Amino acid sequence: MEHILTLMTFIPLVGAAVILCLPRDAHGLIKWTAAAATVPPLLMAIWLLVNFSPSEAGFQFQQKLPWIPSFNINYFVGVDGLSITMVLLTALLCFLCIFASWGIDKGVKGYFALFLLLDTGMMGVFVALDFFLFFVFWEVMLLPMYFLIGIWGGPRREYAAIKFFLYTLVGSALMLLSILALYFTSDPHTFDMTKLIAQSGEFTRAFQMIVWLAFFIGFAIKIPAFPFHTWLPDAHVEAPTAISVILAGVLLKMGTYGILRVNFAILPVATAALAFYFLAALGAWNIVYGALCAMAQKDLKKLVAYSSISHMGYVMLGMATFTSQGINGAVLQMFNHGTVTAMLFLLVGVIYDRAHHRDIDGFGGLASVMPVYTGVTAVAFMAALGLPGLSAFISEVLVLLGAWQRYPALTAVGATAVILTAGYMLWTMQRIWLGKLNEKYASIPEINGRELFTLLPLAAIVLVLGVFPQAILNLMQSSLDQLNRLVLPHL
Amino acid sequence: MDLSPTESLRYFLPELVLVAGILALFVGDLFVRRKELLGEWVALLGLAASLLATSRLAGAPDAWLFNRMVVNDQFAVFFKVVFALAAIVTVWMSLGSREIEHVNQGEYYGLLLSSTLGMYVMASASNLLMAYLSLEFVSLTSYVLTGTLRHNRRSGEASLKYLIYGGVASGTMVYGLSWIFGLTGSMDYAAINHALFQGHPNTLALFIASVLVLTGFGFKITAVPFHMWAPDVYTGAPIPVTAFLSVASKAAGFALLMRFFYPALSRLGASGTWEFLAGVDWPQLVLVLSMVTMTLGNFAALQQTNLKRLLAYSSIAHAGYILMGFVVLSDDGLRAMLFYLVTYYLMNMGAFLAVMIVANSTGREDIEGLRGLAWRGGAVPAVAMAVFLFSLAGIPPLAGFIGKFYLFAAVIQQKFYLLALVGVLNSVLSLYYYARIVRTMFLDFPAGGEGTVAVDMSNGILLWLLTGCTIVLGVYWAPVIDLANRSVRFIMG
Repeated sequence: MEHILTLMTFIPLVGAAVILCLPRDAHGLIKWTAAAATVPPLLMAIWLLVNFSPSEAGFQFQQKLPWIPSFNINYFVGVDGLSITMVLLTALLCFLCIFASWGIDKGVKGYFALFLLLDTGMMGVFVALDFFLFFVFWEVMLLPMYFLIGIWGGPRREYAAIKFFLYTLVGSALMLLSILALYFTSDPHTFDMTKLIAQSGEFTRAFQMIVWLAFFIGFAIKIPAFPFHTWLPDAHVEAPTAISVILAGVLLKMGTYGILRVNFAILPVATAALAFYFLAALGAWNIVYGALCAMAQKDLKKLVAYSSISHMGYVMLGMATFTSQGINGAVLQMFNHGTVTAMLFLLVGVIYDRAHHRDIDGFGGLASVMPVYTGVTAVAFMAALGLPGLSAFISEVLVLLGAWQRYPALTAVGATAVILTAGYMLWTMQRIWLGKLNEKYASIPEINGRELFTLLPLAAIVLVLGVFPQAILNLMQSSLDQLNRLVLPHL
Repeated sequence: MDLSPTESLRYFLPELVLVAGILALFVGDLFVRRKELLGEWVALLGLAASLLATSRLAGAPDAWLFNRMVVNDQFAVFFKVVFALAAIVTVWMSLGSREIEHVNQGEYYGLLLSSTLGMYVMASASNLLMAYLSLEFVSLTSYVLTGTLRHNRRSGEASLKYLIYGGVASGTMVYGLSWIFGLTGSMDYAAINHALFQGHPNTLALFIASVLVLTGFGFKITAVPFHMWAPDVYTGAPIPVTAFLSVASKAAGFALLMRFFYPALSRLGASGTWEFLAGVDWPQLVLVLSMVTMTLGNFAALQQTNLKRLLAYSSIAHAGYILMGFVVLSDDGLRAMLFYLVTYYLMNMGAFLAVMIVANSTGREDIEGLRGLAWRGGAVPAVAMAVFLFSLAGIPPLAGFIGKFYLFAAVIQQKFYLLALVGVLNSVLSLYYYARIVRTMFLDFPAGGEGTVAVDMSNGILLWLLTGCTIVLGVYWAPVIDLANRSVRFIMG
């Protein structure tokens, strides 16, 4: 099964090509084709999960083909414990988001074709092991995202789309230079990540520092880490629901994934030297800053967007601890944030479709007219604020446990922010769902079957991982501990 | 080998074929009454035959022709292929252009082929005199081509501006060439090279001469500060001519520039790097020129509302990118330049073609005229235009990215980090104005009353062809880079 990763990556692209050939007005056919194109990757992701051998730290299911031999560029894909969780998340969210996009009625053909192209781009980023390929996928993702936000987004969509595009492009421009610098410094010249990891000892400290920072800026924009985060609220708020889900669920993870894959593995000396300032301290600041910003929001979607910044802070803090708990907690948090935030955005979409606004103070007492919706929302909100028994609790505790061993002060900051998170989550809950019913929404329809279908699988994952986190932790532990071992000697 | 004039003819076949085509056009124009039979088909035939003849010279042994006036080497062959292809696309574009319908066909195509002939010689000139004559020949034909639209005042104004700038630039250049002749006593590139490295020329004088010569070349490649003519000329000329000037004329300028500064003024050192004459620090000068050119081109483009003017500034910026490969003094840099010129040819020709298709239907050449293009029947040109623009911005998986990738690779390899940084930041900057056009086409919806855009068959086929090549070259480019690699070989000594 050496083709499995390739198939997973390119089946959506084939789907996009098929959609382009369909008649413009066959909306049903286009949507079902799109859905059909996301099913095989999901099934294959599950197959991967079953057949992945967790005890091996290296890359599995590798496939390598020469692409441009004169420059030593290869088509090289593979997964390890770090990427397999992200591949699973991508496949799942893409599948669900097709159904969350069912209500799109303008430019249907373009929307689903671009969506599937985006799917290919994201999957490619997580499986690519050749830097050139990685970069191509990283950028391929940008174009569909630009159009998806720009054409199908909210009132300020044009501004949000170009802002997202330019921010990411600044980061990737620096990344391109760093990739070339690594290529010409390695001997023999190579874009192969596995070979670069093996050579990491030969890069000088100064070189590592510069390249590390350039990569870091590229990835930090994606996370997004303060002060590169300002594109995020705009992009999230203006994007259509499904695209917000993809943005928060998958795209943000690319930032932290990149740091682990590139900065940790290839530049361990610089990672050891810079992790405190740029990952731990900045991460803790992200947690607090995101939470405080979220608290001040009046728009429900913006609140969720800022909560993402806060939650991604845990990932940064966790990975900077270089302890087994910390780094495993961080990657688990990436996965959990993907599912929980996806739920939150889907839930915001549900209410926006009915009320056509997202003003937190404009609702009230919805629980009495939408009991099912309120129930699902409660699960998502409780998960987001870290209630024990739900998935995010486990990962946050692991991160804090790891952080305590190295940065007690920062841990205190991070732990205190949990109170802030609980504060804004519960306060929002209270204003929208509890209290006196706003008469305007007395006859608002209950959540429908299609919407539930997109939410329930995620809710199930949140519940299961809350009591049985080993399901995911097992997969990644050996790969992540291996990463730790690369950096630890240089601390 | 050094060939006598009669022996040289065999290697001069591509040019001879073109001459035959030009004569057929001019003479036929006098005698043939049904003009629609003449013009584009004769021109296409001549160009295709010339392309065939050129391709047969690929792999032929290097040779000095006509008493060392011009040469035949792989470098020249590469450029001749590019010029022929550019001219073919230009003729094809002219076929479907509303502007060209009313001009005198025989004259127009005759001039186009003459200009191409001049470029052939520019790429192969190995003598100062020949270099100057070919440059002047291309300039003169370009002035007339720019002014083809006789009843359009902008076209005439552009032609005159072009002429005045061109006159000053070539005058300065010929003065510089006379210094070189004075310093070395020779007009032959190989002899100049020998005299420079064996004798002890006055380095200051040589530097001044290089600067003066750069004026002429800089004018052709639209490098700042010799770029001022480009926006006006590109705006005033008919669109096919603009496309031709922005691609072929620029490539010819680069060919001349590379042959003059590399095999004539520098020496090939070890492992594919070049050494320039100590004390004559033209690479530093061009380094600054490159950074200023791209930055100024991009900043000026931000403000433009006319598409042709915007693309003019964008093409100035691209001259700056291509110069990056020129300053690093390595074969890899030269290879990157050649490769970039190919990708630039595809995407810039394509962008102008898309502009022409819209202008054909609506008569508008401003960005506002594209409003909601994708939503009022122009989805095909809109998508193609987006592909070309994103390729110009250097976004993978499009050809423009691969071009930039090789340029940056060459720059980083020789450790010009500042240049690389300025280059990538400029790429990001450029995205802003390219995306502005994309936004107008896709993100803005038509206000109504803009009219529909129809694509006729010939334009449609060409558009698909260029779009397809732009995408394919972004995914698989090994044959082209290998060709560029083989073509960085000058005849020396």
